[in-house]
Amino acid sequence: MLREIRPAIVLLLLLTAITGLAYPLAMTVIAGAIFPVQAQGSLIERDGKVVGSALIGQEFKDDKYFHGRPSATLAPDPNDSTKTVSAPYNAANSGGSNLGPTSKALADRLKEDVDKLKSENPNAAVPVDLVTTSASGLDPDISPDAAQFQVPRVAKARNMPEDQVKQLVASSTQGRLIGLIGEPRVNVLALNLALDRAAK
Amino acid sequence: MTAIGWLQIILYCVVIVALAKPLGWYMTRVFNGERTFLSPVLRPIEAGIYWFSGVDEKREQHWLTYTVAMLLFHVGGFLVIYGVMRLQSVLPLNPAGQGAVAEDLSFNTAISFITNTNWQNYGGESTVSYLVQMLGLTHQNFLSAATGIALAVALIRGFSRASMRTVGNFWVDVTRCTLYVLLPICVVYTLFLVSQGIPQTLGDYAEATTLEGAKQTIAVGPVASQVAIKMLGTNGGGFFNANASHPFENPTALSNFVQMLSIFTLGAALTNVFGRMVGNQRQGWAILAVMGVLFVAGVAVTYWAEAGGTSTLHALGLTGGNMEGKEVRFGIVASSLFAVITTAASCGAVNAMHDSFTALGGMIPLINMQLGEIIVGGVGAGLYGMLLFVVLAIFVAGLMVGRTPEYVGKKIEAREVKMAMLAILVLPLMYLGWTAVGVVYPSAAASMANAGPHGFTEVLYAFTSATGNNGSAFAGLTGNTLFYNLTLASAMFVGRFFMIIPAMAIAGSLAAKKSIPPSAGTFPTTGGLFVGLVVGVILIIGGLTFFPALALGPIVEHLAMNAGQLF
Repeated sequence: MLREIRPAIVLLLLLTAITGLAYPLAMTVIAGAIFPVQAQGSLIERDGKVVGSALIGQEFKDDKYFHGRPSATLAPDPNDSTKTVSAPYNAANSGGSNLGPTSKALADRLKEDVDKLKSENPNAAVPVDLVTTSASGLDPDISPDAAQFQVPRVAKARNMPEDQVKQLVASSTQGRLIGLIGEPRVNVLALNLALDRAAK
Repeated sequence: MTAIGWLQIILYCVVIVALAKPLGWYMTRVFNGERTFLSPVLRPIEAGIYWFSGVDEKREQHWLTYTVAMLLFHVGGFLVIYGVMRLQSVLPLNPAGQGAVAEDLSFNTAISFITNTNWQNYGGESTVSYLVQMLGLTHQNFLSAATGIALAVALIRGFSRASMRTVGNFWVDVTRCTLYVLLPICVVYTLFLVSQGIPQTLGDYAEATTLEGAKQTIAVGPVASQVAIKMLGTNGGGFFNANASHPFENPTALSNFVQMLSIFTLGAALTNVFGRMVGNQRQGWAILAVMGVLFVAGVAVTYWAEAGGTSTLHALGLTGGNMEGKEVRFGIVASSLFAVITTAASCGAVNAMHDSFTALGGMIPLINMQLGEIIVGGVGAGLYGMLLFVVLAIFVAGLMVGRTPEYVGKKIEAREVKMAMLAILVLPLMYLGWTAVGVVYPSAAASMANAGPHGFTEVLYAFTSATGNNGSAFAGLTGNTLFYNLTLASAMFVGRFFMIIPAMAIAGSLAAKKSIPPSAGTFPTTGGLFVGLVVGVILIIGGLTFFPALALGPIVEHLAMNAGQLF
């Protein structure tokens, strides 16, 4: 048994060095060379300033922008570090609401959001993804239905014809991979950037 | 449920089965010590490792020595993780300036990663440095996975050998598994993941000014290299708090599909390794068939439940299924499928929040773990868990016909059955026992995030996940308390080692037995009757053990939901 002690130490250290240092560091160098944009987080710049990541949702409240899904992410309370406060789309602390199917808090939140959206656009059914929080709280996408739902509000706020906004939504919609894998979706930040460009 | 949803599920199953045979062929060569196409590059490194660490690769070990070597290896791994977590504030590669991690949280995390559980009471991006992610966590993702596979191979050798005292050399198995199987796949896999958008950088968190002028700090890091092994090694510990639902851990539908494949692929291939080593690949396919039956049944229930939605959603006229806690790019089907896969294997990565699943949709992941994650299972752990049930099923069949049971040429006798029962009984003792404590002990009960039966399910899920070394959670539960850090660590520890040690004892006792040729009275273990028998034994034992607990949690919650009651 005693002769197993040397490998338990030396072999562990060697394999730790290979898998815990050499492997991630080598991958950082290689990936950074082949995919420099993705490796840094797919950051998007406008006029030389970073406005976000193509993959990370951000909060939109203005009527002239398409809104993403509700986000349940939290941040430490600035007044009391043992508590947390709501901080939608906090990309340094991802997470979901974790409210269960029989949660009263969830039912109340859903009802409030549905009522708000119904008053905004009484003519369409409220899409489920527009009132439910995502798992990460950073979902960059909404469903095509959720984008269509917001077209009247955005068009009105921007004084743009609805058809033009609809066209932008259509061109920002991504389908399923090979028509099969995943779900159709619209990247909210990309759509809003396209809107801003069209307005110029 | 939609046709396109089912097509995605079918495509997934087809690819897993198609990969099992070639991977099984390759892994068999690796563990038999034969040359592979990577030998020209890797053989010198392998030989160098043995030379430095004083391992004689020709010397095989008795099952007890093999087990002791494995335990020593775990002790070392524990010390490395605990050390870097406690010292991270003074060590390099800490751009976000994270402080030292508390003792109880470091203890819990170290146990969590050496046992291949990867239960996370910490939030990755808000608690630990890049160095901890790499040196502490990524390395143990490799080694705990390699250990699991090594143990499964040792057990297979027990079945395939005759009249031998040894079951292989632990150091050689771990080294070869890491170098020839896990690392090469991960190198390619990491590059694929980066191409999909997963960051791989040592730079600072990015600062963005959003279109509306708000500040957004975006956590990045050496994510892809860790995600690759986290999935392939069925570890499941996320770089970020939100795990594989975070767009930086799982950016596209394609990355999601490949991640789901990588959870199952090595475990499924091990059934083929088993078949090859015992000399009949059909023995392996029969085991995979048992797994397949249980898996597809689970997927069907969860998909049906999630697509159906909840009564709260229906009351508001919301259609399209239960999207609370799910990402748009995955939708209902890929979230349901992922949840069943990650708990069928002992992975525990999540691409949707299981806590927000419907009562029945969330019950299937719970059942998968309570069965011992034998459906494909963790790399290695699933196969040896399944073989324990096979031993029992064969024993039951033997009782029915009144002959000494045999399996792949080995007599199954009292010692094997006792060991199998020990492993199968210790697990429920852990998760049911601790759950009972967790719901009555006042400071522990305060950790529940949801009221009513859902709160009970959160506690049951936590201890089941820890005992099963899964690591997924009903994440509303506040796990980072002294009570949960210590009790969950004990559940993970017992769940790992009281499975491994009996399995190794069986390996040793089987290897020493003579091989007997099949005769007219041998119960055939490659056909539908055998598959049905094993499925039946699993469901009966499982059902008797945990049905009462399920009745108090998800089942009563489902009934309450249908009655319109909220908590």
